[in-house]
Amino acid sequence: MTTKTMTGVEVRLNPEGFFEDPSQWTREMATEMATADGLALTDKHWQVIEFMRREFTEKGTGPTVRVLGKASGVSIKELYELFPKGPAKTAARLAGIPKPKGCI
Amino acid sequence: MTKRIVILGGGTGGTLCANRLHRHYRSHRADDQRVEIVVVDQDNHHVYQPALLFVPFGLANRQEFVRPRVAQLHHDIEFIEASIDRVDLHRDTVVLEGDRELTYDALVIATGAMLAVDETPGLTGPGWNENVFTFYDLAGATALESALDAFEGGKLLVNVVDMPIKCPVAPLEFCFLADWFFTERGIRDKVDITYATPLDGAFTKPVAAATLSGLLAEKGINLITEFNTGEVVGNDAAGGGHLVGYDGREIPFDLAVVVPLHSGADYVGRSTGLGDELNFVPTDPHTMQSSAKGNVFAIGDATNVPISKAGSVTHFEGEAIVGNIVRYLNHEPLDESYDGHANCFIETGFGKALMIDFNYDTEPLPGHFPTAVGVPLLKESRVNHLGKLMFQWVYWHALLQGRDIPGIGADMPEHGKTTTTNEEVLV
Repeated sequence: MTTKTMTGVEVRLNPEGFFEDPSQWTREMATEMATADGLALTDKHWQVIEFMRREFTEKGTGPTVRVLGKASGVSIKELYELFPKGPAKTAARLAGIPKPKGCI
Repeated sequence: MTKRIVILGGGTGGTLCANRLHRHYRSHRADDQRVEIVVVDQDNHHVYQPALLFVPFGLANRQEFVRPRVAQLHHDIEFIEASIDRVDLHRDTVVLEGDRELTYDALVIATGAMLAVDETPGLTGPGWNENVFTFYDLAGATALESALDAFEGGKLLVNVVDMPIKCPVAPLEFCFLADWFFTERGIRDKVDITYATPLDGAFTKPVAAATLSGLLAEKGINLITEFNTGEVVGNDAAGGGHLVGYDGREIPFDLAVVVPLHSGADYVGRSTGLGDELNFVPTDPHTMQSSAKGNVFAIGDATNVPISKAGSVTHFEGEAIVGNIVRYLNHEPLDESYDGHANCFIETGFGKALMIDFNYDTEPLPGHFPTAVGVPLLKESRVNHLGKLMFQWVYWHALLQGRDIPGIGADMPEHGKTTTTNEEVLV
């Protein structure tokens, strides 16, 4: 585990940069992380990030790209345009939730 | 009063569940309670699915691995061959084709996973079953056998479109067997084998992924990770084909073996409140009760529980689900006993295999199974290969009959396992 200061708050992260404690997350932190990634968050990005958090709250795990494409209202193609380095992983990290399990 | 338990699906989960329930009620029947067990399936062909891996290499005999479903069920269990239209949770009723209705006191969803081939653009387009195949169904595996026989060299690409899939190690085993097959044919130096996966390693669990990546490298098989297939182009201008990733990467092939996306059964999607976005049934990972309704349970590949979709998992779930159906019908609290136990043999070619054993909390580790003097874990050996071959007998004669396999309990054994780190395994 590592810690990182975001928007003046010390946040606990796992070695891959995912939040250890999703309750520490704020929208401002998402913006700060996105800026560091070179992403300017649009309404579409937020639609995905908010969907990730809702899914995590309801199901205890973030959705995979396929579920995002079916249920977030954003197509898979568009998801890759929004998050070129992998939508499920990037959006989960920006949403302050653990890496989606995908499968075992 | 007679209670009816309806089981949808006559594959591994449905069959072992029906036979276990039958055995329980035969020996524990209360005088005032009769239980009727009904199994529904759309056909009467039970396929021993692990054999599909061996079909393309000419190593499986259809007479052996496809048998009538009804013959695997105790004769007191009713078998109905019919398509399922939907489940009406509100009325505790299954609607079959032709509007035939079956009411139930408890329902088991055991209809497994299906291949969603239409969800990947181009997969079943030009080249399908010519230079693009899957071995995940009998027709595909059979067609691939001829293609492998005729293959004289070039790029062989094995691709998993996305998880979850049945038997997540099978695509790796396919690579290992292809390495063996072309070596035997004397043309291994003319075949370039590549494994492209959406995962960030050869397997999802770190210690096993390290061992399996090492084996791929040792056998000269290329590994491409984090590749999300967006489109399959079966016959391109160059005369071959290529996969297009959502990130724009392209992987060329002469022969592609694709593991398609998986979904739950279609009727789950037509049943209001039963399934998730992928038609899998949200299920409590310890009790096997669905979250749809208290009298609905699910087993095996049909569930969304976070463990491999594999026959061993289904077998280990069997004990928990049957106990809990009985408890539910007796108005008793359910038991949270299933621990996510999974194990499998991984065929590595040249008459060897390795074995992995894990659960929700413990990843596959080296050591021995089921105790310190058992078969080696995460290590190639001939005894594991023989175990894999012998397992088909165990499947038809013990597992489907709902019998426990001596020495292998539903809970994951810990005695023989070695706790270690990725680095140690790599050395």
